[in-house]
Amino acid sequence: MAADGTARNTIHGLRRRVESLGRKTVAGVEELGHGGTLFGESLFWLIMGPRRRQPVRLDAVVAQMVEVGIGAVPIVAVLTATIGVMLAIQGIYTLRTFGAESQVTLGIAYSMVREFSPLITGILIAGRSGSALAARIGIMKINQEIDALRVMGIEPVRFLVVPALVAMVVMLPALTLFGDLIGLLAAGIYVSADLGISLSAYADNIINILSPNDLWHGLGKSVIFAILITLIGVVNGAAVSGGAEGVGRYTTRAVVHAISAIVVTDMLFAFVVTRG
Amino acid sequence: MAKPTDLLSRPKVIEVTDLVAHYGDRMILRGVTMDVREGEIMVIMGGSGSGKSTLLRHLLSLEAKTSGRVRLLDQDIDDLSPVAFQELRKKMGVAFQSGALFSSMTVGENIMLPLHEHTRLDRSTMEIMVRMKMEVVSLAGFENLMPSELSGGMIKRAAVARAIVMDPRLLFFDEPSAGLDPVVASALDDLILKLRDAMGMSIVVVTHELESAFKIADRITVLDHGDILFLGSVEEVRDHPSERIQNLLNRRTEEEVLDPDEYLRRLTGMNVGDGGARAGNVP
Repeated sequence: MAADGTARNTIHGLRRRVESLGRKTVAGVEELGHGGTLFGESLFWLIMGPRRRQPVRLDAVVAQMVEVGIGAVPIVAVLTATIGVMLAIQGIYTLRTFGAESQVTLGIAYSMVREFSPLITGILIAGRSGSALAARIGIMKINQEIDALRVMGIEPVRFLVVPALVAMVVMLPALTLFGDLIGLLAAGIYVSADLGISLSAYADNIINILSPNDLWHGLGKSVIFAILITLIGVVNGAAVSGGAEGVGRYTTRAVVHAISAIVVTDMLFAFVVTRG
Repeated sequence: MAKPTDLLSRPKVIEVTDLVAHYGDRMILRGVTMDVREGEIMVIMGGSGSGKSTLLRHLLSLEAKTSGRVRLLDQDIDDLSPVAFQELRKKMGVAFQSGALFSSMTVGENIMLPLHEHTRLDRSTMEIMVRMKMEVVSLAGFENLMPSELSGGMIKRAAVARAIVMDPRLLFFDEPSAGLDPVVASALDDLILKLRDAMGMSIVVVTHELESAFKIADRITVLDHGDILFLGSVEEVRDHPSERIQNLLNRRTEEEVLDPDEYLRRLTGMNVGDGGARAGNVP
C-alpha cells in the first residue's frame, strides 16, 4: 500500500514537472513569436506608415536617439576606456612571457573592435535603455495609455516601438564606433606609456592591422543587438501585469533576457562569421 | 433629459447584437443586444464582474469578440478596412477611469496629440483648439503642467478635453466618478450633460454610481453576469419592481440579502437551523 502511494506520488510529481516544462516551453515559443511579429509589424509601419496616413514621426525618433545615444556617451566612454586599458595590461603581461609585447596592438585592435566594444556597449544599453523601454511600455499598459492610443486611432507599434527601434539601430552602432575609438585611444595611451611607443606609431599600427571587415563585424553585431534589446524590452513591457510590482519584475526580466540574448548571439555571430 | 419616445425615434449610433465574449474559458458577455441613439446618454450599470467594462472595451473594439455584431455610426466594425476603421476611431473619444494621460507629456501636449497625429494643422491653430477644449472642461491655464501635478478631478477633466479635441460623435466614459469626492463628481456629471447638450455628442457612461447615473442618463442598461437584466429610462429602472434589479442598483450583495441561516448553509453545506454549524458549536 505504502509503496503504491510513493509510486503514485512520484508519477504525480514527475507529471507536474513535465507539464510545467511544457508550459514554459510554450510560453517561450509564444514570446519568440511575439517578438518576430513585432519586428514584422515595425518594418510594416516604417515602410507603409505614410500610405496608411500614420507616418513615423521624425521628432519621436530624434527624441529616442537623444535618450538612447547622447545620454549614454559618458558611461560608454568610461567603460570602453577601462576595457581598452585592461586589454593593454593583460596583453602586455601575457606577451612579455614570449618577449613579444610589441605585438600587443594586434590583440587590442581585434579584441576591441570585433568583440569588446560591441559587447560592452550592447550590455550597457540593454541595462540602460532596454529596461527603460520595458518599464515605459509596462507603465503605459497598466495606466491604459496603450488602450488610449488605440482608441485615438494611433497604432501603438508605430507610435511607441518603431521610433525606439530606429533610434536603437542607429545609435547602438554609433556608440559602438565611439567605444572603438575611446577604447583604442585609452589602450594606446597605456601602451605608449608602458612600452615607450609613440601614440602616432601606435595609431599607424592599428590602422594597418584593422580592415573595414573588422569594423563591419563589430557594427553588424551591434545592429543585431539593437534589434534584440528593443524587441525584448517591448515584449516584456507588453507582458506586464500586477501593477508596480509587475513593472519591476518584467523590467528586470527584460534586462536579463536582453543580456543573455546579446551574449549568445555574439558567440553565434563570431562562430558563423569566422567560418565563412 | 429627452423623453424615451423621442429618443427611440432617433437614429442608432451604436448597435450591439448578440454580443458574446470570453476571457479564456470564462464567458463574460452572454449575447448582449442593445443600442444607443443619437444625442443620448446611455449609462451602463452593474455590479463587479457583471461585464460592463468588457462591454465598453468591445464598443471601443479593444477586445476580440467571440460572436455577435457591433455597429458604430452605421458601420459594422468587422467589415471595415484598417484605414476606414482608423477614420471611424477619429469620431470616437474616450475618458478612461485612470485618465490615461501620457506621463511624459504636458497636459497641453496630451490634449494636442490626436490633432498632431491626425491633422495637418499648424501648431498655433492646434494650440488655440487645445485652449478652447481646456476652457470647456474648466482647465484653462493648466496646459503646461505635467499630469503628475494635477489632482484626480483635474486629470479626469484633462482626459475629457483630450477625448473631445477632435469633436467626436461618440464619447465614452469609464467610471468617471471613481475616486472623486461628491462635489467634483457632480461637476463632472454636469460636464457630461454639457457635452451632450452643447455639442450634441452621443455618450456612453459605465458607472456603478447610482446618483450619478440617475442624474445624467437618458436610458440605463443594467448588466448582471454578462446578461442585460433591464434596459430602459431612468424612471423605469428606478421604479422597477424586480428585487434583483433593486439589489444591484443599491449595491446590496447576495450575502446581505440572504437570510443569515441560508447564507451559512450555502457556505458550509449544512443545515444550521438546529445549531449544528453555528460558530459556538464548531469544535
